[in-house]
Amino acid sequence: MSILVNKNTRVIVQGITGNAGRFHTQKMLEYGTQVVGGVTPGKGGTTCEGAPVFNTVQEAVQQTGADASVIFVPAQSCLEAIRESAAGGIRLIVCITEGIPTLDMIRVKEELKPKRVRLIGPNCPGLVTPDACKIGIMPGYIHKKGSIGVLSRSGTLTYEAVWQLTKLGLGQSTCIGIGGDPVLGSDFVDLLKLFAKDDETEALLLIGEIGGMAEEEATRFIQAEFRKPVAAFIAGRTAPPGKRMGHAGAIIAGSTGTAEEKIATLRAGGVLVAESPGHIGQTVSQLLKKSCR
Amino acid sequence: MKLHEFQAKSILASYGIPVPKGAVASTLKEAEDLFHRLGGGRAVLKAQVHVGGRGKAGGVKRVGTREEFLDAAFDLIGKRLVTAQTGPQGVIARRILVEQETPIAKEFYLGIVIDRSLSLPVVLASATGGVDIEEIAKRDPSALLKEAMDPRSGPTPSQSKGVARHLGLVSSLEGPFHSLLSLLSNIFFEKDLSLLEINPFVLTQANTLVALDCKMSVDDNALFRHPELATLRDREEEHPKELLAQEVGISYIPLDGNIGCLVNGAGLAMATMDVIKLYGGSPANFLDVGGGADQHQVREAFKILLSDEKIKAVLVNIFGGIMKCDVIAQGILGALKEAPLRVPLVVRLEGTNVEIGKKIIAESGLKIIPADTMDDAAMKVVRAAKGDGK
Repeated sequence: MSILVNKNTRVIVQGITGNAGRFHTQKMLEYGTQVVGGVTPGKGGTTCEGAPVFNTVQEAVQQTGADASVIFVPAQSCLEAIRESAAGGIRLIVCITEGIPTLDMIRVKEELKPKRVRLIGPNCPGLVTPDACKIGIMPGYIHKKGSIGVLSRSGTLTYEAVWQLTKLGLGQSTCIGIGGDPVLGSDFVDLLKLFAKDDETEALLLIGEIGGMAEEEATRFIQAEFRKPVAAFIAGRTAPPGKRMGHAGAIIAGSTGTAEEKIATLRAGGVLVAESPGHIGQTVSQLLKKSCR
Repeated sequence: MKLHEFQAKSILASYGIPVPKGAVASTLKEAEDLFHRLGGGRAVLKAQVHVGGRGKAGGVKRVGTREEFLDAAFDLIGKRLVTAQTGPQGVIARRILVEQETPIAKEFYLGIVIDRSLSLPVVLASATGGVDIEEIAKRDPSALLKEAMDPRSGPTPSQSKGVARHLGLVSSLEGPFHSLLSLLSNIFFEKDLSLLEINPFVLTQANTLVALDCKMSVDDNALFRHPELATLRDREEEHPKELLAQEVGISYIPLDGNIGCLVNGAGLAMATMDVIKLYGGSPANFLDVGGGADQHQVREAFKILLSDEKIKAVLVNIFGGIMKCDVIAQGILGALKEAPLRVPLVVRLEGTNVEIGKKIIAESGLKIIPADTMDDAAMKVVRAAKGDGK
C-alpha cells in the first residue's frame, strides 16, 4: 500500500524550467516517477526533460490528470504557487523550497484547512515510496522497498538513516521529510495517522531535532493510538539555546525544545531512541527483534 | 533579525501606540543634550543591546538629577554589559535610549508570538509584568493567558475583552485596549514579525496605557519585502564569522569546543556535533554547507572553520546525495591547497560515488584520516584532537 504516493501517482513540477526544477525532474524520471508535466508561467507549450510545460497548474491538471505537485519556485512566490496548486485540483503538494516567510505558511495553512489537500514541507527533501514514486530531491538509490515507515524533520540526516536501514536489509514503505521550518504543512501526527492505517508499514522510524513540540505531540499520539513499534533519533543534544541551527525551526527557546527533554519524553512513551546517529539502523533492527518476541 | 528597543519603539509610535518620550544617544554629549530636551526631570537610561537580562545586569538606570544622569550615562555608553545571556565576555552598549520616566500604576506582560503547534499567532498576556515570561509560565501557568488569532482578522473585540479582563483592566479601558491590541496585531502581520513583546506594558498613574519596553524580531525569510526593516540590521551585534558565512550561503555557529565540523545539511550537522560529544570530544562549531554544497562553498567553509584558533582537529562529514562524493573530495583538496592544514583532518564520505571520492582523498598525498561510519569518524577525530591520533 504505502502512504500518499504509489506507482500511479501523476506528478507535475512547479518551476520545472529553473535549475533545481529541471535537474530533479530528470532524477525523478530516472527513478521511475510519473512526471507528467511542469508549470512555468510564460513557458507554456514548450517541453522540459520530455515533459510538457504549461502556464498554469489548472491547465496542467486538465491536460495530464496530475494529482500531485512538487514546488521548486523561489520562496517569494511560494505562497501563490501553493494557492494555485490547491485551487487547480492537486491533492498532494510537496514544497521543497527553503526560506518561505512564516506568516505566508500560516496564511496558506488556514486557507487549505477546509480543502482536501495535503501539503508536505516546505524546506523539505520530499517523500518516496521505494520502487514506485519519488517526489523530491533525495538520492533514489539509497532506498529499498520494505516495511519501515520513515518520518523526519531533516534532509541529509534522513539519507544517512535510510542508508543505514538499507545496508542492514531493512526496506522502507514510505519515507517522508516533513521539513525544517517552524510552521509545516503536515506534522508528525498528521502522517503517523496515515502510517497507522497502512498495512505495508510494520514499524516506524522518527527522526526529530531540537525546537518546538512536534516530538512530544508525536509521542502523545503514539502512546494513545499508534500500535506499531517506533524507533527514533533526536539531533541537537549539543546545540546551544537561542541559536538557530541551520533549520529555521531548530532553535531551543528558553527551556523548551531541548533534545534531552524530547528523548526522555519519547522513551517514556515506549519509543526506542538511538544514542548515536551512527546506530539508527541498528536501533530499528533491535526494535524489530524486540517486537517479534 | 532582532531589532533594538529604540527601533521597535519607533515602529510602535508610527502606528500610534503610546511609548515614553525619548530618543537614542551614542555619546555623552548627545545624551546630555537629550536630557535637557526632555525637560531635565526624572529620566531612564537604557543600554541598547540585543541580548536579554539587561535590567538585572545594570543596563537600565533611573535618575532624578543632572549629576545622576551624567554618571549613569558614563557608566553605560560604550561600556561592556555582562548579562545572564551574554557569557563572561559580555556585549558593548554602543547606544543608550534616554526616556522620560513614566509614573507606573501597574505593570503587565503582553506579547504576540507564533505557536508552532497551532500554526497560528497567539497573544500572550499576564497580569505580572516586568518579569521574564519563562518565569511566569513556570511559576504559575494559569497566570499566562494564551489567545490564538485568526491571521485574516486579528483579535476580535471579545478576545481583546478577555485579555483585558485577564490583565485586570477596568471596563472603561477595554475599548482603548482593543484598539491597542489590534494595532499590535497589525504591526505583527504587516512587518512579518516572529516576536513582538511588550514587557512591561503599563497602566500609568494618569490611567493611560503605555508600552514601556519593546522587543521585536523580524522573520529573516520575509526581509525581501521589507527593505525599510532590512536597513535596521545591526551588524555589530552579530558574530563577524556568522555574517561572513551567511554571505556565502552557509550557516556557521561558533561553540566552545576544539573539534571543527564541516557537514552538509543542518540535521546531519547537529548529529555530527552530538556524536563527537558522545565519544568524549567537544565541537568547536556548527557548520552546515547546505544539502547541495558546491566546491566554492566547501572552500569558504574551510577558511571560516580554520580561522578558529581553538581548533585541534577537523571532521568533515558529508552524505553525498545529489552532490557527488568525488566533487566534494575535489573541493576539500582545493581548499587545502589554498589554506594548508595545521591540525589533523578526518574525512568521512558516504553516498553517491563514495568509492571515487575516497580514492581521490587517498591518492592526494595529504595526511587525511579516512573514516567509514559516523561513529568511526567521531572516535578518530576525538583521538586526534587529544593529540594521540596517528
